[in-house]
Amino acid sequence: MKTVKELSAALAAGQVSAVELAQDYLARIAALNPRLNAFITVDGEKTLAEARAADAARAAGNAGLLTGVPVAHKDIFCAEGWKTTCGSKMLDNFVSPYDATVIANAKAAGLVTLGRANMDEFAMGSSNENSFYGAVKNPWDLNAVPGGSSGGSAAAVAAGLAPFATGTDTGGSIRQPASFCGITGIKPTYGVVSRYGMIAYASSLDQGGAFAHTAEDCALLLNVMAGFDDKDSTSLEHAKEDYTRDLNQPLAGVKVGLPREYFAEGLAGDVAAAIEAAVTELKKLGATVVDVSLPNTKLAIPSYYVIAPAEASSNLSRFDGVRYGHRAANYDGLADMYEKTRAEGFGWEVKRRILTGTYVLSHGYYDAYYLQAQKIRRIIANDFVAAFKDCDVILGPVAPTTAWNLGEKSDDPVAMYLADIYTLGVNLAGLPALSIPVGFGSNGRPVGLQIIGNYLGEAKMLNVAHQFQQATDWHAKAPIL
Amino acid sequence: MKWEVVIGLEVHTQLTTQSKIFSGASTAFGAAPNTQTAVVDIALPGALPVMNKAAVDKAIQFGLAIGAKINQKSVFARKNYFYPDLPKGYQISQFELPVVEGGAITINVDGVEKVINLTRAHLEEDAGKSVHEDFHGMSGIDLNRAGTPLLEIVSEPEMRSWQEAVAYAKALYSLVTWIGICDGNMQEGSFRCDVNVSVRPEGQQEFGTRREIKNLNSFKFMEQAIKYEVNWQIGEIEEGRKIQQATILFDPDTGETRMMRSKEDAHDYRYFPDPDLPPLVIADEWIERVKATLPELPVAMQARFQSQYGIPAYDATTLTSSKEMAAFFEAVVAAGADAKLASNWIMGDVSATLNREEKTIAESPVSAEALALLIKRVMDNTINNKTAKDVLKKMWESGDSADTIIERDGLKQETDTGAIEAIVDAVLAANPKAIEEYRSGKEKALNALVGQVMKGSGGKANPGMALELLKKKVG
Repeated sequence: MKTVKELSAALAAGQVSAVELAQDYLARIAALNPRLNAFITVDGEKTLAEARAADAARAAGNAGLLTGVPVAHKDIFCAEGWKTTCGSKMLDNFVSPYDATVIANAKAAGLVTLGRANMDEFAMGSSNENSFYGAVKNPWDLNAVPGGSSGGSAAAVAAGLAPFATGTDTGGSIRQPASFCGITGIKPTYGVVSRYGMIAYASSLDQGGAFAHTAEDCALLLNVMAGFDDKDSTSLEHAKEDYTRDLNQPLAGVKVGLPREYFAEGLAGDVAAAIEAAVTELKKLGATVVDVSLPNTKLAIPSYYVIAPAEASSNLSRFDGVRYGHRAANYDGLADMYEKTRAEGFGWEVKRRILTGTYVLSHGYYDAYYLQAQKIRRIIANDFVAAFKDCDVILGPVAPTTAWNLGEKSDDPVAMYLADIYTLGVNLAGLPALSIPVGFGSNGRPVGLQIIGNYLGEAKMLNVAHQFQQATDWHAKAPIL
Repeated sequence: MKWEVVIGLEVHTQLTTQSKIFSGASTAFGAAPNTQTAVVDIALPGALPVMNKAAVDKAIQFGLAIGAKINQKSVFARKNYFYPDLPKGYQISQFELPVVEGGAITINVDGVEKVINLTRAHLEEDAGKSVHEDFHGMSGIDLNRAGTPLLEIVSEPEMRSWQEAVAYAKALYSLVTWIGICDGNMQEGSFRCDVNVSVRPEGQQEFGTRREIKNLNSFKFMEQAIKYEVNWQIGEIEEGRKIQQATILFDPDTGETRMMRSKEDAHDYRYFPDPDLPPLVIADEWIERVKATLPELPVAMQARFQSQYGIPAYDATTLTSSKEMAAFFEAVVAAGADAKLASNWIMGDVSATLNREEKTIAESPVSAEALALLIKRVMDNTINNKTAKDVLKKMWESGDSADTIIERDGLKQETDTGAIEAIVDAVLAANPKAIEEYRSGKEKALNALVGQVMKGSGGKANPGMALELLKKKVG
């Protein structure tokens, strides 16, 4: 399995062309996607056209570092001329007339689109079983879920169907599938990657990010994706960074915090063991371990599951059958058109969250739910501020267990929500975090270590991850398919 | 029982920005349907709003003009409801923290001044339009208007008659057009009024239950609607029925109001802060910058007109009823006309003719300079006032200058004493009774004869000179 860094070097050296590379990946997708269901849309003609353009740019001397490297895009980023479904029947017929900023940035960097990665419908889910296009399978075990909501992106990279992929993370939707699929995934600080053209689930929490085998590759893709965008009012007016700049800093003197609440009751023994081994490895590399506390960790779940559905209930109102997307075939009047269209177009998890969100924003309930959740959100953010006084990065598990079986939790949404306990706080606080593979559980499924950075602390976080990957080879392990 | 009427207004003014409040699409009226729509206005998946600072400028202008507080931090909220002309399924508006709070407007009903306090003014986006005419069995949607910036101006319920409500609406209209934040085109929906009406027994402290008349786009309709509604409400109560809170519509064809939705059908809008837009922060410098662009306001201009030009308060108020009229007046004076004469002419013949022809002063065929020349010819006794009125009529029709018309039509005032003397003699000879009355102390008796001298001269005699001569001959 080749890293992006290696592919970039091979393209630059003329050992392979963008077209050859695209053909290799398309062939692998054709062979394996029927088993994994990682892609919703693959369009070889479009991919090869982009690859030819990349080769032409290189021939003309206009190639950048990543020109011609293939990428898979989560089907949440609007891309001109591509069907952009967000995993929903509602948008099964929607071909975007415009590019998201992330897509425009990827095009400008010369990346070649391999296809559109499967996902939980409207990014709602932790198992990728909520897609209208069917569940994605975990490449390490086809009976296991790949995690969600960016399950297609994670599975595609883990299975070698793409060298890297874009994703989005609202409550863990990059870190958790990266962890379940044994790859590296980064969610940057809120506002670093533009949300323009990224279909909104919960606007104050949604953040685009990257999947790859290595932290270094993630940094390369983040370099392409990130940057201030005046089309997104929540985009940070922050100077462009090179996220690879600190990768090779030694870890001597770096203080890593272990929040005791992340290692308490509920964490599976095999996951805890893999995390502890990784911490030991980091100590060997010179890091100092400090005990920190995030006392309100448990409150992240109720806070998130009020705020996110509230925003979602409003964000998804535009899917009404009037202008684009699904419209019921038969209806009697306007109200009936809305009801049938939305009843047919949305899946159960989406309906559940729209109803929850509508309820918590309703007259008479707003103060008790939405305002209360916002107060908790500030308290949780303050916990992180306090913890970062004592450390440079915070370490912990991504999820309490390794990937569960397909169907295991699909009838129990609350059990599924509780599994998000270690990832939600980061989104509520707007902080950056990543997941790197650090071993396997007793069932042979991957375990991820979460590294949480301080505000705009992406480079430090990537530095820790990269140094770990220089000393270990968990990231180089690949499933046999 | 005597009833007291209580009225409050919510006025939606479309702001005169080039582009929409959250997108770069044009706000021009009348384009082909759905041609002025950016991704935000159609609410495509992934589209995001970006605040148009020009709309904020105009909200600040308004706040400054009414002496309100400009909130240096205000928040955009989503008002959620489903309707086909509302593409996102929510309207971006301001709820808890509006950009403008307080302020007041002075109205004048039959010479009595009253201060009406404002509650707030907030920024929001307009919806699109449903088009029912062109589609058989279906409705069309035109989203060109979606996202046009609105300033919703909310008054306190301080008006006590339809006259006060209409006077308030007119004063507000004149202010927003004066400062140029609204084009004032009521037919195109640039200024739309929602009127909250309730009645209560005179002397009662608490308000009665109100009904809200939506979307009145003419002052005439407002008058009719309030009159009808007040009568209806009093009739209901007197017949023992209770008023239910409701939103109602006025039908200009029948002159009646009818129910749109009752309180039970009222939406729960589920307002919450829009996570796509950070709070609107207005620094002192922003307010100062806008203040510098604010034109002189009517009240300040009225005071200046009185002191600078020495005209009465009534004249100053009338002349500042529109910015164009005030500018016209100042141009006439600047071109050399006496200020009081200029004021008389503009408020008199010029306004009367404009009203008759349904023109604004900006469309006057007689320019300020041309009017000034006419007035100067009265001032230097070339023509008298009565002749001047005829000259103005001819200037209006032909576009010729006063001098050209006076010369061509031989209207120059007769100042040759000898020529007038002969006419005076003839008039005196024919009116011995008037001479007698004058001599017996009735001073005014001779005034009646001036008219006859004027008539005898074909209007060209100087009336002052004629009177002098009459007195000299009789006395």
